[in-house]
Amino acid sequence: MAKHHVTATVNGDAVEFLCDTQETLLDCLRDQLGLTGTKEGCSTGDCGACSVTVNGRLVCSCLMLAVEAGGTSIGTIEGIARGNELHPLQRKFIEHAALQCGICTPGFLVAAKSLLEKEPNPSETQVRFWLAGNLCRCTGYDKIVRAVLDAAAEMRGA
Amino acid sequence: MRYEAPNSLDQAVALLAHEPGEARALAGGTDLLVQMRTDLIDPVLVVDIKGIAELRQITEEAGGFRVGAAVTGAELKEHPKLKSVWPGIVEAANLIGSTQIQGRATMGGNLCNGSPAADSVPALIAAGAKASIAGPKGRREVPVEDVMIGPRKLSLAKGEIVASFLLRPRPAHTGDAYLRFIPRTEMDIAVVGCGVCLTLDGRGKCTAARVSLGAVADRPLLVAPAAHALIGTPLDEAALQKLAAAASAACRPIDDKRGTKDYRIKVAGVLARRAALIALERARKV
Repeated sequence: MAKHHVTATVNGDAVEFLCDTQETLLDCLRDQLGLTGTKEGCSTGDCGACSVTVNGRLVCSCLMLAVEAGGTSIGTIEGIARGNELHPLQRKFIEHAALQCGICTPGFLVAAKSLLEKEPNPSETQVRFWLAGNLCRCTGYDKIVRAVLDAAAEMRGA
Repeated sequence: MRYEAPNSLDQAVALLAHEPGEARALAGGTDLLVQMRTDLIDPVLVVDIKGIAELRQITEEAGGFRVGAAVTGAELKEHPKLKSVWPGIVEAANLIGSTQIQGRATMGGNLCNGSPAADSVPALIAAGAKASIAGPKGRREVPVEDVMIGPRKLSLAKGEIVASFLLRPRPAHTGDAYLRFIPRTEMDIAVVGCGVCLTLDGRGKCTAARVSLGAVADRPLLVAPAAHALIGTPLDEAALQKLAAAASAACRPIDDKRGTKDYRIKVAGVLARRAALIALERARKV
């Protein structure tokens, strides 16, 4: 079976790669494009470690075939900081110590950024429900939620 | 495995119909990819149906709505009108999985995945939705309750695809609601799900009702005796007790890690009652 030639945009840059039909977007981001910030946790859409945005929509990249990504605009953790300048969410995660082992962190950041683009002033409940699909087994949820709320406040200029 | 992404229903139907091996339609993929990954299924052909216009649109039609089978949960929620007309359906679809899953998961997939615990299905059944099915012999419309016939088993012939759902014009003084019970607050599979849709007359008496239960049998059930417990009543305490008893009586559940048979039977009655009260509140407002 011939490989599929996929062209897409990742973090604003045009990319192209070859993939087998059964390869997921997560596989190709990591193995073809070298974007290893996106993590593989469960591979069943439960943990959110592989969160990316596709055409602005938050998705699990483990639950999408890479070939489905043709022509789309993808956002990953690598696109969040501006050069050496961390995104406010990244800074607040560090300030609040909202990470321990770090495997879940890229997924949380991508998901939280997606929330704040939609809702710049979320309640704690909104943050918790939005992030319900991101699991942290070091159990830092309270710190994560506080970091997101603090980043939201800073970004609003509050 | 071959991947095809046709942009017409005819092409999609032909691809699925002519493949002698296992062929699957791919909508959001949130169930399909997991099943492929865990070797539950091993299709030789996957037909991505998201490039077909009808499947991706919500349109107003004949006073009601036609909702494409591959419209995502997030898109259902964002539609300016659908949630105000059929809140139970949209809330049920939005209960499926996480924010990430909502970005991909579809009601067509939820139905065709063939799980007895599918959240959107009892809500669609209660609302009297029809599935518009495209196949090698043309189009047909069937009530949603007739699509699933058992776990992972559908009444679809080879090559048939659920293309869209038809939601009737909502009658006056009609409200719908869906509730599910899970052991935690998010991200789990229904122990019991219950959809209720009811219509009142000008004096608040129930003139029509449909009650559907999920996760209590080998497929989502339309429970006529539960509806009959409401029809002709003002949904007083006696009617609600009869409703709960009829809902519980319809259950033929399994024991599993989420709940025992006895527990599911009990919860079905409780949820039917609570869903009916929400539907009643909504029916009074419109």
